[in-house]
Formats: sequence, C-alpha cells, structure tokens
Amino acid sequence: MNSDITDFASLAPAYPELLMAAGALVLLLVGIVVNKEKSSLVSWLAIGLLAATGVLVILQPADGVIFNGLFIADGFARYMKVLVLGGAALALVLSLSNAEENGVHKYEYSILAVLATLGMMVMVSANDLMSLYVGLELQSLSLYVMAAIKRDDSRATEAGLKYFVLGALSSGMLLYGASLIYGFTGHTNLSEIVIAIANEGRSIGLIFGLVFLLAGVAFKISAVPFHMWTPDVYEGAPTPVTAFFAMAPKVAAMSLMVRLVMDTFAPITSDWQQIIIFLSIASMVLAAFAAIGQKSLKRLIAYSSIGHVGFALVGLSSGTQVGVEGVAVYMAIYVGMTVALFACLLSLRTANGGYVETIEDLAGASKARPFVAAIMAIVMFSLIGLPPLAGFFAKWMVFLAAIEANLYVLAVIGMLASAISAFYYLRVVKVMYFDEPKDEFVAVPNELNIIMAVFGFLIVTYYFTLGNPLASMAHQAAGSLF
Amino acid sequence: MTFDNSILSLVTWLPLLGAVLLLATPKTAIGAIRWISLATTLVVFALSLALWNAFDASNAGFQFVVNMPWIGDSIGYRVGVDGISVLFVVLTALLMPAVVLASWDVDMRLKEYMIVFLVLETLMIGVFTTLDLAMFYVFFEGTLLPMFLIIGIWGGSARIQAAYKFFFYTFVGSVLMLLAMMAMYWDAGTTDIARLLTHDFPVGMQPWLWLAFFASLAVKMPMWPFHRWLPEAHVQAPTAGSVILAAILLKLGGYGFLRFSLPMFPEASANFANFVFLLSVAAIILTSLVALVQTDIKKLIAYSSVAHMGFVTMGIFAGNALGIQGAMFQMISHGIVSGALFLCVGVIYDRMHTREISAYGGLVERMPQYAFAFMVFTMANVGLPGTSGFVGEFLTMMGVFQVNTWVAFGAAFGVILSAGYALWLYRRVIFGALTKDSLKSILDLNLREKIVIYPLIVLTIVFGFYPAPILDTTAAAVDNLVTQYSTAIGRDPAVDLADQRIQLEYAAPTGEAQPAAAPASH
Repeated sequence: MNSDITDFASLAPAYPELLMAAGALVLLLVGIVVNKEKSSLVSWLAIGLLAATGVLVILQPADGVIFNGLFIADGFARYMKVLVLGGAALALVLSLSNAEENGVHKYEYSILAVLATLGMMVMVSANDLMSLYVGLELQSLSLYVMAAIKRDDSRATEAGLKYFVLGALSSGMLLYGASLIYGFTGHTNLSEIVIAIANEGRSIGLIFGLVFLLAGVAFKISAVPFHMWTPDVYEGAPTPVTAFFAMAPKVAAMSLMVRLVMDTFAPITSDWQQIIIFLSIASMVLAAFAAIGQKSLKRLIAYSSIGHVGFALVGLSSGTQVGVEGVAVYMAIYVGMTVALFACLLSLRTANGGYVETIEDLAGASKARPFVAAIMAIVMFSLIGLPPLAGFFAKWMVFLAAIEANLYVLAVIGMLASAISAFYYLRVVKVMYFDEPKDEFVAVPNELNIIMAVFGFLIVTYYFTLGNPLASMAHQAAGSLF
Repeated sequence: MTFDNSILSLVTWLPLLGAVLLLATPKTAIGAIRWISLATTLVVFALSLALWNAFDASNAGFQFVVNMPWIGDSIGYRVGVDGISVLFVVLTALLMPAVVLASWDVDMRLKEYMIVFLVLETLMIGVFTTLDLAMFYVFFEGTLLPMFLIIGIWGGSARIQAAYKFFFYTFVGSVLMLLAMMAMYWDAGTTDIARLLTHDFPVGMQPWLWLAFFASLAVKMPMWPFHRWLPEAHVQAPTAGSVILAAILLKLGGYGFLRFSLPMFPEASANFANFVFLLSVAAIILTSLVALVQTDIKKLIAYSSVAHMGFVTMGIFAGNALGIQGAMFQMISHGIVSGALFLCVGVIYDRMHTREISAYGGLVERMPQYAFAFMVFTMANVGLPGTSGFVGEFLTMMGVFQVNTWVAFGAAFGVILSAGYALWLYRRVIFGALTKDSLKSILDLNLREKIVIYPLIVLTIVFGFYPAPILDTTAAAVDNLVTQYSTAIGRDPAVDLADQRIQLEYAAPTGEAQPAAAPASH
C-alpha cells in the first residue's frame, strides 16, 4: 500500500484536488505580493484555476480508489465535481462587479472560495467517514468566514455567526453518527461498512448512527427541519456570497448524501428511505408555504432553494438508478437557474446605489430593464417547473423515479407543493411586469449580461440544447454507483 | 427533408422563428413588428392548409410521422397528425392572422405582445402535432405562461386576480395529469402516443389515470363546476387573448379527452360516462341560466362557451360515432364562432371602452354591417340551422340520445336557453332606439375589421350548409376510435358506428366515404 503514496502516477484520480490545493497556496502568495487594489487579479486567477481543474476533471478521467480507500474517483464523482467547479467559478464571476460595495474585494475571498471548493471536491470523492468529515469541515470553515467577510456589516457578521453555531452543531451530530456507525460496524471505510452491514444486518445502534449522519448532511443541503439557518444566512450575507452558498455547497452535500445512501447504506434501503422521504416532503411543503409571506428577495430565494432540495430528494427517495439520474440532472439545472437568478439580482441596482432588497423594489423592472426582467421571469417560470423551460425537465426526471418506485403519496404531495410554490414565484413576475415602476435602475455590468444571456438561452432551449447531453451524462454518472 | 417529414415541424416551430425575428427587431419599428407577425401567421396558415390538403382522410392512423428519441429514454421528438388533430392545427393557424389583425392598434409594448402571441401559437400547434406524452404536457402546460402574461400585462383593471386564477386552476389540475403520465410511462414503457393507444392499461389503474387526466382536462375545458376561472379570464383578457382562449385553449381539453381518456382508458371512461353526462348537462343548463343575467357582454359569451363545451363533453363520452363527430364539429365550429363573437365585442370595445350591455343599444342605426356580422355569429351561437353551430349540437344530441335519452332531454334545454340569452343580448346591444349620446358618432366596421370578420362569416355559413369538409376529415379516425372504444367496453361497434339512416347526416355527398368501413390499424 505504501506505493500509493510514493508513486505520483498512481495518484491520477486525485490530480484535480492536488492541483486545487497547490493552486490555492500559490494564489495566497500572489494575493500577498500584488497590490490590494488589484485584487480582481486574484479573483480572475481563482476563476482560471477552477476552470482548469474542471477541464482536468473532464479530459483526464481516472477512476480508482486511492489513499488506502479514503478517496474514490468514479463517474458520479466526476459529474458532481464539474457541477461544483462550475457553480463555484460562476459565483466568483458574479462577485466581480461592485466587489468593494459587497465586501468581497479582498483577495482572501477568492482564496477561501477555492479552499471551500477543494473541500467540496473531497466530500464528493470521500470514501471514508474520516475523509468525508475532513472535506466537509474544510468546506464549512471556509464558508463561515465567507459569510462574515463583510466584517463591518452587522448583518453579515450575524449571518456568519449563526451559520457557524448551527454548522458546528450539525458537524457534531455528523461526528456522533459517524462514531456510532464505527462502533457498530467496526469500520470507517464506506466500502467496508457496506460489507459489514450486509453480513451482520441492521442493528439499532447503526440506525441511530445513520439518522445522525443524515441529519448532519441534511443541514448542509438545508433540508427541513435542518433549514433554519438558510433564510438568515442568505439574507445577511453579501449577495455574491449568497450566490456561492446557493450553488456549489448544495451540490457537494447532495452528492455526499447520494453516495452515502445509495452505496454505503444500500443494504438498509427501507430505513433511510423513510428519512429521505420525510426530509423531502417537509422541505417541499414548508418551503412552499413559508415563502409566500416573504418580502425580502433573498429570503424568498432561500426558501425556494429549500424547496428545490426537497424536489431533488424526491428522486433520491426512490433509491433507484433513475432516481440518482434525476438528482444529477436536477442539481445541474438547479445550478443553472441559480446562476441566472443571482446574475439578475446583482444586475438590478437602483439609482441611489443599492441592490434591490425586497420584492416591491422590483416594481416596473420590466420597463426600466426589460432584458434583466425577461431573464428573471424566465428563471421564475423555470423554478416553478413550467414547461417548456429547463425546470420542468428537472422535475420530470425526479418525479418519474418516484412514480417508478410507487411513491405515489410523495409524488402527489410534491406536485401540489410545486403548484403552491408557483404562487410566490409568480408574485415576482407580477411585480416586475404588472406593477408600475417606482425606481430607476442603473446600467448592468457586461459579465452579468453575458451570464444572463447564456443561461437564459439554455433554460429556454433546454429541450433542444442541453437536454440530451445532460441526460446521457447523468445516466453514465448514476451508472457508476450501481 | 421531404414534405411528409418536415411539414409538421415547420408548422409547429415557424411561429417561434417569427418570435425570434421580432426579438431582433427594434421596438420602435412598429410597422415592421406588425407585418412580421402577420406574415408569419399567414405563412403558417398557408402551410396548415397545405397540410390539410395533403392529409389522407381515409387513413385512420397518424400521418406525417416523425419519431426519434430525444432526451434520455423517456422523452422523444415525435410528431404526427390524424383526423382528430389535423383540423385543430388548421383552426389555430386560421385564427392567428385574425388575432394579429385585431391587435393592429395595440400601442402598449407591441413587440412583447406579438412575441408572446407567436410563442403561444407554437405551443398550441405543438399540442396537436406532438405524439409524445411528455411533450404533450410540455405544450399543454406551456400555454399557461404566455396566457398568464397576456392577461396580466395587457388585460383590464382586475387583470391580476384573473391571471392568477387562470394560472392556478389550470396548473393544479395539470400537475396531477403529469403524474398520471409518468405512471403510464412506467406501465407501457414508452411515451409514444401511437404505441400508448394500443397499450392495454390495467383495469385497476385506469380509474386513477382517468381521474388525473380529468382533473386537468375538465379545468381546461372548462366543465362545470371547474369553470370559475373562465369568465374572469375572458373579461380581463384583451380581445385577442379572449379569442385565443375561447377558440383554441378550451379545445385542448376536448382534444385531451379524445386523445387520451377515451381510447387509453376505455373501461374507466365507460364507468365515468354518467358522471360526465351529469356535469355536462349541469353545465349546459346552469351556465346558460347564469349567462342570462350577465351585464357584461364578454362574461355572457364566456358563460355561453362553458355551456357549449358541455355539448362537447357530452358527445365525447357518448362514445359513438355521432357523438364524437358532433363533438369534433362543435369544437371547430365553436372555435370559429366564439372567436368571432369576441372579435365583435372587441370592435365595439375599441370604440366605447366598455363592455357593459347597458351602455349600448340601437347600434344597427349607425353600424349596419356590424349588426349583420354580429347577427350571423349570434345565430350560430344559438345553433340556428344553416349555421355551423347547429350541426355540432344536433350531432352530439343525436349521439347521446342513443346512449342516454335523459341526457339528451336535459341538453335540449340548453338550446332553448341559448336562444334566450343570445337573442336578448343581440336585442339590447343592436336594436332599440339609439338614445345614448356617446353612441351617436360611433363608426361602422373599418376595412381591417372587415378583413378579419367577413371570412369567419363565410366559414360559419358554409360549414352550416356543407359540413362535409370537416366531418370527412375526422370520419376515419373517429370511426377507428369508436370501434376500439366499443370493443374494449363490450358494446357492439356496429351500433356505435352510426346506422345507415343517420349516416346520411355526415356522409360525403360523393358517396365514396364509408364511415363504417373497417378502420385501418395503427
């Protein structure tokens, strides 16, 4: 086993992570050397690093289990890593404009983002309870700091503190679950835990461990009832940071969840299935109702993301390959919609310099900024799951899996929740298009226009453009878990 | 790319191309926007006529079929039309130029307005041309998006509530249909409608699937008591929106019943037939009575639409050739007539900016041509013999009479009541003395309005006297459907395929058409 470490070529499955780690250290040096005024250079380098890593993941596919079984690279991990890297890179692009005002102009921000992304990649590739925890904590600790990066702002620091306290609690739960599982199976390696469960059957201690472990991960994907931090953190953190939180970490935690339940706990499907179904229903229903009363746009988006996690879990509840495919497609489309949504949000600045905060601030945006409003409306309709937009095809995949697994009650509740959630998404469209304008909006930075145009186009033409490639990639990715 | 495999894709997606073209047009170029929209819709109409012309009416199966896998295993790109769907394509394509012309003077956000309507046209035609279950849902549900915007942006004073109501009634019903479609996919292993039509769904599953489809289609239709969204949506929508809503969108429900409920869930359809009859007769009588007391012209026509759709559902679930042929004819005829009625209301609304019946009276003195046009459509709405409205009502009642006499008895009241509300409306708006000062300077139809309305008058009367073009087109497909349905539920297909005496009502005058001929298989 020692040859694993000495032979560099045998580390091929972990090249992307190694590149990221080395790159983050180099960026740190660059950040210290260059003038603080030019910190956008570090941002661009970080974006370049994420992109390069993404290219490496795509072009140099190397499957394998290395580091004594701590680390696994397979088709599923690659798919999710591309999503994570894409989400992180796009979130950094979103943070470029008006960085100073958002407090994300410091070079540390980009480096923290890179480190968080590295943690996420380790989460995606974790094959051991220990590497899982290390990845999760690297991610979480970076995110806590990012939430509070605008340290003069009381709301941002409050958000960071809340996130930290609740995050630490969830990490504790996760660790407790991991220790129980270790105690009852005698292994920390996920592949060996499967064998142990298959041989020895389920025990009450194992189930307890499973519950705590899933609760810890559910916190990270902000599934109800572990969602409390989400609206506060989304609202308090600067918008580009919120954008970062809304995309890559969700994907990473979701893929961790998928790997745990589909792989490690496959022998006790009926046990975890109940938990996932509960998380799914609770998330969809609570988000649908709680978002109706929201006035703040970012709180609305927070509840919307809670709801969408619930929908993605519908696919996972089925415990089938179609279900995992559904989750994979859902997360990809979710990232796409979220990027476009935050690009719109960051584009709408009123003449007095502030970002739009409440839904009412959007009044008449369709007249002042027709393009941004159109993209925003498209995203809203897509989030509802209205065909022919991308959001519909995401829902189609996950509910298809639920119906295959005969989870009719879950499917009906989910569909009705999605109908209710249409109410608050439509309110945004209504305010933009049907109400009279109140404020003037200032011009939109170029990179945001490009992002909105590209993702708006993809959302509208999903059936023709992304539909088939994404489905076949998700098919391959899910296939590697079975 | 031959005519056969490209015509349907062309008809479906061409309007979208027009919309993209408009997107690139500057919004100040009002003339260009209008003419691009008109040209697009006219080309689509011409193509749809070519499609109808090339359509082989003696073939009961799907024609111009394209079938290829598209997204994963579950969603394909499949198009094709049969006798049931081809006419709806033509109807949609026919009304769109009229709608564009009727919206010639829209001054608020004209560019967006035309884009939304062209997108809507693609979605509506897509509903009728697609042969993929998932894509049917995509188009069916996709129509909500543009219609929501049409009502919400260009609608009247209470437009927001109307738009929301429209959206939610339809959306809630439809999501259940979506789940049923997924269950159908897992049972049959395909979303290809042509193959689903020959698949036998388990009898135990059928009632649930039927109910899920009913939840969506009954709202769309709309059937009593799921019709509450319709009057508000009609009243608040701009003229063009009302026309499309009444003429095409309501037909999606009837088309869905004919395409899915009846052939795919025959046992369930037979079991629920009496339930549908009950709702249909309730719709015909109750909404007719409600129409009598309306003070708003558009609302009155909206309620009369609900009543007329009652004839359609009644005819469909009679399950025999007469009933279904009648339902098909009634849908096409209602598409023309109700569309035209809303256009007529639009004409006076443009001049007076009110839809209150009491604000009018004696219009015949100033607007004789308008009075004539409005009379033709009112008579067609009543179902006067010699107008297209008569044929559909008569056939559906004949059809349902064979199955259930009492239902036909109840439906007959609708004919009487429709004469009541429609003629009373006509008297109050057109006749009487022209006493109101505001009306004294009102102008008769201008050239643009004549171009829109006169062709519809011709169609109403021609189809009233000579319904063969429509009935011949649908005959083979309907007979095929009836044979399958009757066989599946254990009735004698020969009885349901009309006997000789009744056949005269819709046989082609050339004597060549044999509606009772053995249907071609898929």
